[in-house]
Amino acid sequence: MTSPLEQKKIRIAGPSIVTANRTWDGIVIYRTAQRGWSADLSDAAIVRTSDEARALLAESVADDVSAVGAYIAPVEVKGGGQIKPGNLREHIRSEGVTIDLPVPA
Amino acid sequence: MYAYDELDRTLINERVSEFRDQVKRRLSGELTEDEFKMLRLQNGVYLQLHAYMFRVAIPYGTLSSKQLRRLAHVARRYDRGYGHFTTRQNIQFNWIKLAELPDALSDLAEVGIHAMQTSGNNTRNVTSDQWAGVAPDEVEDPRIWSELLRQYTTLHPEFSFLPRKFKFAITASAHDRAAIKVHDIGLRLHKNSEGETGFEVLVGGGLGRTPFIGKTIKPFVAGRDLLSYVETILRVYNQYGRRDNIYKARIKILVHELGIEKFAKEVEDEWRQMRDNSALTLDNAVVEEIRSRFTYPTYEKLPHMPEESKKAAHDPHFEAWRKNSVAPHKVQGYAIVTLSLKPVGGPPGDATADQMDAIADLADKYSFGEIRVGHEQNLALPHVARRDLPALWRALDKIGVATPNVNLVSDIIACPGLDYCSLANARSIPIAQELTRRFANHDTANLIGRLHINISGCINACGHHHVGHIGILGVEKNGEEFYQITIGGRADENAEVGTLIGPAVPYGEVADVIEDIVEAYLALRARPDELFIDTVKRLGVEPFRERVYATR
Amino acid sequence: MPLVKNGKISGDAFVHVADDAEIPGEGAILISSARFLDDPETLLRRGGKTGVIWPNNRNVDDLVPYLGRLAVIGLVFPTFRDGRAYSQARLLRERHLYRGELRATGQVLRDQFVFMLRAGFDAFEVKKASDADAFTLTAKRYSVFYQPTGDGRITALHQRMQQRHSESAGQ
Repeated sequence: MTSPLEQKKIRIAGPSIVTANRTWDGIVIYRTAQRGWSADLSDAAIVRTSDEARALLAESVADDVSAVGAYIAPVEVKGGGQIKPGNLREHIRSEGVTIDLPVPA
Repeated sequence: MYAYDELDRTLINERVSEFRDQVKRRLSGELTEDEFKMLRLQNGVYLQLHAYMFRVAIPYGTLSSKQLRRLAHVARRYDRGYGHFTTRQNIQFNWIKLAELPDALSDLAEVGIHAMQTSGNNTRNVTSDQWAGVAPDEVEDPRIWSELLRQYTTLHPEFSFLPRKFKFAITASAHDRAAIKVHDIGLRLHKNSEGETGFEVLVGGGLGRTPFIGKTIKPFVAGRDLLSYVETILRVYNQYGRRDNIYKARIKILVHELGIEKFAKEVEDEWRQMRDNSALTLDNAVVEEIRSRFTYPTYEKLPHMPEESKKAAHDPHFEAWRKNSVAPHKVQGYAIVTLSLKPVGGPPGDATADQMDAIADLADKYSFGEIRVGHEQNLALPHVARRDLPALWRALDKIGVATPNVNLVSDIIACPGLDYCSLANARSIPIAQELTRRFANHDTANLIGRLHINISGCINACGHHHVGHIGILGVEKNGEEFYQITIGGRADENAEVGTLIGPAVPYGEVADVIEDIVEAYLALRARPDELFIDTVKRLGVEPFRERVYATR
Repeated sequence: MPLVKNGKISGDAFVHVADDAEIPGEGAILISSARFLDDPETLLRRGGKTGVIWPNNRNVDDLVPYLGRLAVIGLVFPTFRDGRAYSQARLLRERHLYRGELRATGQVLRDQFVFMLRAGFDAFEVKKASDADAFTLTAKRYSVFYQPTGDGRITALHQRMQQRHSESAGQ
């Protein structure tokens, strides 16, 4: 989980998505194939080559008004096409903290 | 307590209105994120994993009950009902919306709370001893000077875009509870042989990727010269600190690369041209002006051992708490009470809005309306009459802040870690929680004695792991969470960076490793009252390393 | 790129002259520090005002011998986050008593106007037209200042002390 904010060279090791935070409220969002954003991981556009990843990231970063801090993150694609977070960091961003909140949500 | 007047409030309000305009321009697209990021950081707004994080300043860790209630309000209204107290005496909210921040700031401004410069490449919260003003061993209240420095550094036009962040800490006691030796500038307030008040100035301390213990640049700077001297150091840093590499941009690197003698000479040469600048000289009238705005309680004349204490001593739970969480006060009949925010199984340093409100009420009833925040992530009530201790304890216990584990093994300092923070490699809170469960037995914890465990989820070291008696650092290995363990660090006047005991261990084994280290200590200590940190000093790391890695 | 001078958008009397371009015999010019220091006396004897753009990583002491004869000194913010020019500005104004035009160049954005004014800048090559339009409003954003600079504004602390003094004097 080395912070992807330190990503310099863009090289993906498997299926990946672009994720960011929504500017006005900070919630986790995923870049869709329709040049938009969704809070639902299942709507995320999947890229499978480094070139595709670079292109998707570039277009995401250009959408500076809607989204902040876009970066490329790994995913697992299950048999039925279901998308799952590809590491613990993305799991936490998608599911929430791994501890009980002091005040139940 | 420092009383803000109309001028202070006007400044805060002007800042809020400026930020409201900046947020508006960001949301409309007039400002790009590249232009906005540093502006929001200068108002304490980070982007974290799930949401924005909002860091509110608690100058030198002092709060009024009114202010604490307002923090509770912000937690409820704009966040998820709780806040986290930090290792720099600030408070953090983890779920804040950018669009609502101006309103949250406005609500805070009404009670004199702000978030100016709690992040960004500027001068941060001036932290101090959480027992300032009431500690028996202090020379004078360091908060007077903290406030002078706070004002001087707030929205300073020359130093708002430094190479990197800059942190001050001040102590006025021989026993340093403010960790001045690991700050960019550390100040030790004392009197010289002529009885003049002044400061030993240390520079270049810091943790993170390259930890350094601060070095003395000048053994005595008279109080009147404090600001001109600080301005000089900041100016040298602003001009010569590295800007090409963020990992080499702190003043500690500049001091290290130049050497302390050369650095001191640069500062002295510049200071010679500055020191007669009367605008920055703190003559007595100026210091007294600030001192006069601090109000102190009108203490009663109370006996040292009141009847209430004698009666309550029969209750073993009360006694356990009293012996652990109650410290001597400089005024007879009073005490300093620490409120543990480290309940068994809980995330260290968090308080719910309900707890904050309850603590505010107790502060009004028992502590002249004042609360303190410590860098070890606990709170304190600084002015409690000893006769009130039994009643206070019962109330604190009810709200869950009377765990008698202050300074013990389960009084863990931890950063938020990968559960919250986008910089993290690994989680820290669950590690802390498991450790509090392993060491939940108070008799065991007391048997072990004073033991500071610090946990950081990444090398940025916000949990101060370098200076923990036991330090735990989260790293990443092949996508898994691993932890490096160090021992022998300390943050006080004998500050030292800890030593690695061996290869990193996986998440599931950390608690076992800590138990092994503690067992080794109990077996090896020379006497029951030889502290862990002293046993490590005496024997070195080897016996602990052997014990931990024998079966791993 | 609009120039704001003395609080107003104004035309720029000075022309930036590149290092490889010929220096006009007349007219106000801005040249690089390297070019200036190559032959300062000749340049200052020109039939027109001379200004120099001084890099933010060079000590302003080297410019001190010429301060009385320079019409403009331009300091540089390569990004708005690089604050070295603030120190340079204060040293020029407060230590060396430079009285000519002190111009902010580079990434000059409106959220730094107040800091720049307080550090001693009086001219601004503003990046965005909308920021230039907002100059006057932005400059008035703050009325309370905690620390003294050479701008002469009274600090909050001294304001309080004056009030206290006049209160007690009035008794």
